[in-house]
Amino acid sequence: MNKVYPDAKAALEGLVFDGMTVMSGGFGLCGIPEHLIVALRDTGVKDLTVISNNCGVDDFGMGLLLQTRQIKKMVSSYVGENAEFERQYLSGELELEFNPQGTLAERIRAGGAGIPAFFTKTGFGTLVAEGKETRQFDGEWYVMESALKSDLSIVKAWKGDRSGNLVFRKTARNFNPMMASAGKVTVAEVEELVEVGELDPDQIHVPGIYVDRLIKGNAYEKRIERLTTRSKD
Amino acid sequence: MPLSRDQLAQRAAQELRDGFYVNLGIGIPTLVANYIPDGMDVTLQSENGMLGMGPFPFEGEADPDLINAGKQTITDMPGTSYFSSADSFAMIRGGHIDLSILGAMEVSENGDLANWMIPGKMVKGMGGAMDLVAGVKRVVVVMEHTNKAGESKILKECTLPLTGKGVVNLVITDLCVFEITPSGMTLIELAPDVTLEEVQSKTEAGFSVSESLGTVSV
Repeated sequence: MNKVYPDAKAALEGLVFDGMTVMSGGFGLCGIPEHLIVALRDTGVKDLTVISNNCGVDDFGMGLLLQTRQIKKMVSSYVGENAEFERQYLSGELELEFNPQGTLAERIRAGGAGIPAFFTKTGFGTLVAEGKETRQFDGEWYVMESALKSDLSIVKAWKGDRSGNLVFRKTARNFNPMMASAGKVTVAEVEELVEVGELDPDQIHVPGIYVDRLIKGNAYEKRIERLTTRSKD
Repeated sequence: MPLSRDQLAQRAAQELRDGFYVNLGIGIPTLVANYIPDGMDVTLQSENGMLGMGPFPFEGEADPDLINAGKQTITDMPGTSYFSSADSFAMIRGGHIDLSILGAMEVSENGDLANWMIPGKMVKGMGGAMDLVAGVKRVVVVMEHTNKAGESKILKECTLPLTGKGVVNLVITDLCVFEITPSGMTLIELAPDVTLEEVQSKTEAGFSVSESLGTVSV
């Protein structure tokens, strides 16, 4: 079985349609599928619902699709770094659904795991719980949250093999594993592509069953949002 | 004298205990890491998927794959573990984190917290704050006592959209420290040279005064 495509453009061929729901991995700019995002923009697909913890910055990551007005709605937990986002939202051009970060992560996990809804304490008594079923368990109140799925998930891993097994590096894992499981179709990009059998089976973070297509990305920019260092003396 | 940002962090650090797993919010709470007492074993969690956060990297050694929840470059250390966002919030929601220290725009006398949104003005999002205050065992807020107009940020009821209802256990401001329990808010410490009268005049919320009212030691 070979899931490998020559490049990001080829990997998205036949998968996109206007009005579709796309999940995109990453936290801030860390672990985002930077090549697949550019390829998605270049398809010209419109009216997207994008499920992603953040929306990149103005000129990198998902921010690129805001500039071109290809996004109709965002489902995110934090969008503070993106001025164009704030502008489009306040002017009513962009719909926005804020989810608490853990609720967002669990909704996606549930979507991939066949669990239609779950109860969480998070957000009880806040705007987030409005219009949702609440229930008491053992004397504590919980809010019912529904699962999320996508028509297409795009994710980024460090290493992958030709059958789609993925390994992440450090905090670049974040939302990528759950999103891979919650996509009707999942396309992954990796920095290093290896042959089947080269990855240690005990160390695989996402089993290949969740990955339909795969590319090796070249020349990763991996932009840093807030470079913070200390001096050696 | 009101406490400085660093003194607020120093006071908040007194809430740490040996063996604690702790999540620090953005801003003054981040500074708490500078005041972990020598010899105390405290493990810092970062909700983007890391347990055992180290200091900022040396110049030239930053790794784009290694950031904290504030998107700053960071380092790992012996014993660090990495995990997904779902695992990270399972850890938080499941009550495994001992202490969360975070900032606030408003706190109410019954422990309601508002720190994520100003309707029509600030559209940033709650990030992980709602999950943290709902799931972590003890929630400590570090904040300025009043806003720029000099109005109390400690209120009978919050006016801004809530982050959590009845979730705050301790409030450390530049003027004093309040403990919040199901029976209400109690003033337990005053900043050096700050009087009870000053706190009373700058606090809208109702509170009682501890019989053992002390002075913040920083």
